[in-house]
Amino acid sequence: MSEMTGTPIPHAPGFIANETPRIVTARFDHEDSHTLERYEATDGYQALRKALQRTPEEVHSEVRDATLLGRGGAGFPAGVKWGFCPPGVWPRYLVVNGDESEPGTYKDRLLMELDPHQLIEGCLIACYAVGLSQCFLYIRGEMAVAQERVAKALNDAYDAGYIGKNILGSEFSVDIVLHWGAGAYVVGEETALIESLEGNRGMPRLKPPYFPASIGLYGQPTIVNNVETLSNLPWIVQHGAAAFTAIGTESSPGTRMVAVSGHVKRPGVYEIVNGTTTFRDLLYGADMCGGIRDDHELKAFVPGGGSAPWFTPAQLDLPFEASQVGPQGSMLGSGAIMVMDETTDIPAAALTLTKFYAHESCGKCVPCREGGTWLEQILRRVVEGRGTPRDLELLIEVGETICPGDFPHAAVPSEGIEAVPFPYRMTTICFVGPSAFAPIHSALTLFREEFEAKVAGNEHPTMIEVAVDV
Amino acid sequence: MRFFNDENSSLAQEIIGRYPKPRSAMIPLLHLAQEQEGWVTDEAMAEIAELVGTTSAEVLGTCSFYEMFKRHPVGKYVINICTTMSCALMGAGDLMKHAELRLGVKSGSTTVDGMFTLEGAECQAACTEAPCLQVNYRHQYRVTANQFDELVEELASSDHEVPEHGVLSQIRQHIPENRSVGAVPPEDVATAPVWLTENGGNQ
Repeated sequence: MSEMTGTPIPHAPGFIANETPRIVTARFDHEDSHTLERYEATDGYQALRKALQRTPEEVHSEVRDATLLGRGGAGFPAGVKWGFCPPGVWPRYLVVNGDESEPGTYKDRLLMELDPHQLIEGCLIACYAVGLSQCFLYIRGEMAVAQERVAKALNDAYDAGYIGKNILGSEFSVDIVLHWGAGAYVVGEETALIESLEGNRGMPRLKPPYFPASIGLYGQPTIVNNVETLSNLPWIVQHGAAAFTAIGTESSPGTRMVAVSGHVKRPGVYEIVNGTTTFRDLLYGADMCGGIRDDHELKAFVPGGGSAPWFTPAQLDLPFEASQVGPQGSMLGSGAIMVMDETTDIPAAALTLTKFYAHESCGKCVPCREGGTWLEQILRRVVEGRGTPRDLELLIEVGETICPGDFPHAAVPSEGIEAVPFPYRMTTICFVGPSAFAPIHSALTLFREEFEAKVAGNEHPTMIEVAVDV
Repeated sequence: MRFFNDENSSLAQEIIGRYPKPRSAMIPLLHLAQEQEGWVTDEAMAEIAELVGTTSAEVLGTCSFYEMFKRHPVGKYVINICTTMSCALMGAGDLMKHAELRLGVKSGSTTVDGMFTLEGAECQAACTEAPCLQVNYRHQYRVTANQFDELVEELASSDHEVPEHGVLSQIRQHIPENRSVGAVPPEDVATAPVWLTENGGNQ
């Protein structure tokens, strides 16, 4: 294995700089990257000034032309989403989704802690372009340091005249209100986020409408954008859509932040070129993860956050391009790659995800509330050696009550199994229920023999609990 | 007898004033109550109900949905060990076992001296730094058994900067009055914002 070349940044835990052009992480090298002084000294708030000299429609067009795909998980183009606000309905709101909590995902917290002004400038640009009259910046409850950094940045930006009434002497006026969550994964789903912001239990709303741009906060048109998505806006306005689309591919331009965790030599958060970087580049590149730990072998990886169906070495050459990953049975999601080497107990690893989603079910949809819990219980007894062969069928049967029909999975070339493309059908309002099933389905499809070994010879499930190790 | 002390009462009014509808202040006010008392009492919920114009049952409904709101006293330091996939792959199970032995309590309970509550937690967005934990929602990275012991000693000795449970962000947002646009109930807004109409765009 070659020498590692990427540079870890000491004050940015986990972040490793590589040779990719840096759009959203450009200031991370500076220890004072979170301060207004540093921000202003490095082009900060210049994009806002530039935007204010253009019409809102021109700024909106620039973002639409940049094909900035949402970085929260669904990957929907932000400029198109903005266009879904019904004409003539006022007021419109912006809600910033900083509730990062998908298993494996670690990027929005870094952006909030290390470059809060970049996010604030992104919010202001969005508000100006779409005519959003108030912005709510929702930060996950468990992120005390991010809350502190963003609060300080907001206070400084208000004092400097960047936020509030008549921004930089223009007609443009908007308040940004900092709001903390209180611990609930499902609130990352945009309609649940809105419910939470209205002071309710964070349960997703029934769809349609599919986009809160038509009916959102207080029933008004509401744009919900992810932290990383908004953090791209200052660069796009400053350098233009053409410069952005010159990086990456036509359908997935720019860069994106990814977190690689688990059994690699150098787990870290990387800014990579969108569309062209492959999983192999990321996991084995000398300026990135540098290979599997202690020269073990790659067994499987989760390519896009805990909700995503798993990949094996057979999919390593796929790029970060939704149109290629989808047909191969998974999704890019929130840019979270969790890597398992050959020592991993696969059923136990699947359990660490299924129990997450079972625990985080909001309880609104029966298939998720009941199904998730049963999936966890059945899988747990299998993992603990208390299950029976019948349990393996039962897991699939319960899963099919949440996701009827063929569930997406990767191809297994050695056994002649072809991929089933993403997405799935579902009987629930949001993705929490299917996500409880996804790890089980992947693990059972790709590594069935490990499950069979755990249940071999058991005729009846036993009720004794034993400790589990992954 | 009011629940919120004078300082927090005026802070509560300031927070409510930032939202187009008072009920949106529910979660921030629950945080404020927890900051004052270390946990969320029935008295706090009754007062929040009054402040945002709803019933205490509604406040309990919201409060009970969110994991961070404790409706019973917890330790001065709540230690959350992440148990989700990335941390589990890197030894979170062993770390939890060690923590239980070191603190002498099972996950989910509080030490008899009221210093520590130990909890298994879900993904904390520090997956590359596994196994990780949080003390009162502040991260510790790549935690070994030894580091855990040192951390516990530090916390017990008060030679550290972690605030007591209930205190979350130590910096609050303050919107200066002369800069504030102000929150308007949505039903009182009928027209496009002025910067749109002036530029003739996006109606």
